Amino acid sequence: MHIVVCIKQVPDSAQIRVHPVTNTIMRQGVPTIINPYDLFALEEALRLRDRLGGTVTVVTMGPPTAEDSLRKALTYGADRAVLLTDRFFAGSDTLATSYALAAAIRRIGETFGPADLVFAGKQTIDGDTAQVGPGIAKRLGLLQLTYVSKLGAVDPDGRSIEVERRAEGGTQVLATRLPCLVTMLEGSNEMRRGTMADALRAAREPIVVWSAKDAGIEDIGKCGLRGSPTVVKRVFAPTARSEKAALIEVRPAARDTADALIDALFTRLPKLEAELIAAQTA
Amino acid sequence: MIEEKFDAIVVGAGMSGNAAAYTLASRGLKVLQLERGEYSGSKNVQGAIMYADMLEKIIPDFREDAPLERHIVEQRFWMMDDSSHTGMHYRSEDFNSDRPNRYTIVRAQFDKWFSRKVREAGATVLTETTVTELIQDAYGKVIGVRTDRRGGIVHADVVVLAEGVNGLLGTRAGLRTPPKPETVALAVKEMHFLPQEVIEARFNLRGDEGCVIEAAGTISKGMTGLAFLYTNRESVSVGIGCLVSDFAEAMESPYALLEDFKRHPSIRPLLEGSEVKEYAAHLIPEGGYRAIPELCGDGWVMVGDAAQLNNAIHREGSNLAMTSGRIAAEAIFQVKSRRDPMTKDNLILYKKMLDDSFVIKDLKKYKDMPNLLHTNSQNFFMTYPQLVSKAAQNFLHVDGTPKLDKERETTRAFVKARSRLGLIGDAFRLALAWR
Repeated sequence: MHIVVCIKQVPDSAQIRVHPVTNTIMRQGVPTIINPYDLFALEEALRLRDRLGGTVTVVTMGPPTAEDSLRKALTYGADRAVLLTDRFFAGSDTLATSYALAAAIRRIGETFGPADLVFAGKQTIDGDTAQVGPGIAKRLGLLQLTYVSKLGAVDPDGRSIEVERRAEGGTQVLATRLPCLVTMLEGSNEMRRGTMADALRAAREPIVVWSAKDAGIEDIGKCGLRGSPTVVKRVFAPTARSEKAALIEVRPAARDTADALIDALFTRLPKLEAELIAAQTA
Repeated sequence: MIEEKFDAIVVGAGMSGNAAAYTLASRGLKVLQLERGEYSGSKNVQGAIMYADMLEKIIPDFREDAPLERHIVEQRFWMMDDSSHTGMHYRSEDFNSDRPNRYTIVRAQFDKWFSRKVREAGATVLTETTVTELIQDAYGKVIGVRTDRRGGIVHADVVVLAEGVNGLLGTRAGLRTPPKPETVALAVKEMHFLPQEVIEARFNLRGDEGCVIEAAGTISKGMTGLAFLYTNRESVSVGIGCLVSDFAEAMESPYALLEDFKRHPSIRPLLEGSEVKEYAAHLIPEGGYRAIPELCGDGWVMVGDAAQLNNAIHREGSNLAMTSGRIAAEAIFQVKSRRDPMTKDNLILYKKMLDDSFVIKDLKKYKDMPNLLHTNSQNFFMTYPQLVSKAAQNFLHVDGTPKLDKERETTRAFVKARSRLGLIGDAFRLALAWR
């Protein structure tokens, strides 16, 4: 079985700082991590490989420094890493990103054997769109299983897969055919600690680095800024809202405290009262 | 088990470990370096001042791309009492040379750079990998390490212990003793963010120029200790450290000392309007020459803080670490080139080379200082700073008292506090320990 896992190197949101003077996000010096959702996808892929045999290829599109994230993925036990990097990719939105990644996955299939499964995280923590996974599936003509919370039976010979998917109001159990694309939710597993042999391999093995041309991308116009219909118009820090806490004077007998408090609240916020009553009667 | 064998395994990626790994790898040895942190520098804490000369001996053209904050053009020594400081400042245009001697650095960034150099030199660097045990053969010779990763034994001809002040691994293997409260200081520091132009205005600096303040006195509340303030490009590092045994005895807490230091009227205006970015604490080996453990044995050498190589009097640690790492690597390389085994008899070359270097010579010079300062900490850190401050105030306060009377008053205060014999004794002891 050949499993391809798409990962993204993102700034560690826990350590992002806002410049105290200019109010902009300070990216310099902020450590990068593998997008946390992608780690659930990677671990799920590694478990499948351990159970069914085969190889796991991780792929990312990003600047040359994204190599760090790929090496980390190798440390966890991935078999092969592909870095898609080219100045043509700069400024890509989700449409352009999924175009480039789909091309790379196609090329990975041609070079290292066709992918039976493509994994991705549900979304990235820096973009929050959850569009790239489905975008890749669409472009590769793969069936897609999104928001997957748990993997069920996977049968590489029978070409079938069963998953649990988080849906509004419950869990769906879905079955489909391979090959397909799965986007993973958080909490589905816990990333393993790679072995010493994996760590040594990760530190030394060369990473496959592809340019747009290497990945077989013909239409550069669909990449990067030129291929991105959405643009970030403005980035700003939300203005801090501060509301002064007000002391509400209530002097009731002890058992009426709650009633008195609600009365006092409704007097100050008549709209709230109306809404609550409307909700009650509805 | 990993079948592959390395020429050398370096445990730790701080200053000494990086210096050793770089030197070994650049001489063509097959090196594996293991670091428990997420990256080299993620766990490393220092003031930090970096001494160019020692790094030049390892990477001569480091100035081209190393992340340096500011080169130091002004050094201030302050003796402080609760409301004043008496200072000695030295500033020189000569420090603005092409190749400045001292720089402030931020270790998280500097070590990352150093680690990249180590990789480029050909070493295999594994992070997030903790060495849990030294593997010894039936004769006690160290032949490899076990890590916290599965399948974790790796073999090597020699293991360089650059694991830092705590020396857990060396202690566990019986190669050294754990640090004692009276031979290690606990230092705490904060990084305060300030805009570049504010730092330059406040400390009278231009461009990459930097200023260093080192202060002692009542701020350590009678304990043996030192406080500092270093200027980085866009931040100021401020910290204080005292012997662990003193903290325990005086029931003082490090963060409270730091808070007091930051609130001192001489320090507060320097930090005004800053934003704290980082808080860190670290142990510093302060035992000096007498606390140095065995430096080598069959299949191992010990370098840097792990070997207690720190000059507390001159506040030098990282340069001793770098130098010991480099010298250990050079010794290993020599033994290896002769095709000799990595036995204690052969590795003793490292100790000999280190003895001949400034590292051991300096530590030997001050071998009695730690003890003197520790046993007389009340005098050196409370009484004298107060007396000096009083004397300065007396001298500068114009109030119609005849100058002769003022001088007498100052002399009387010194004699009263320490007695004539005590004063002579302190001067004598200090001179003797300094010699």
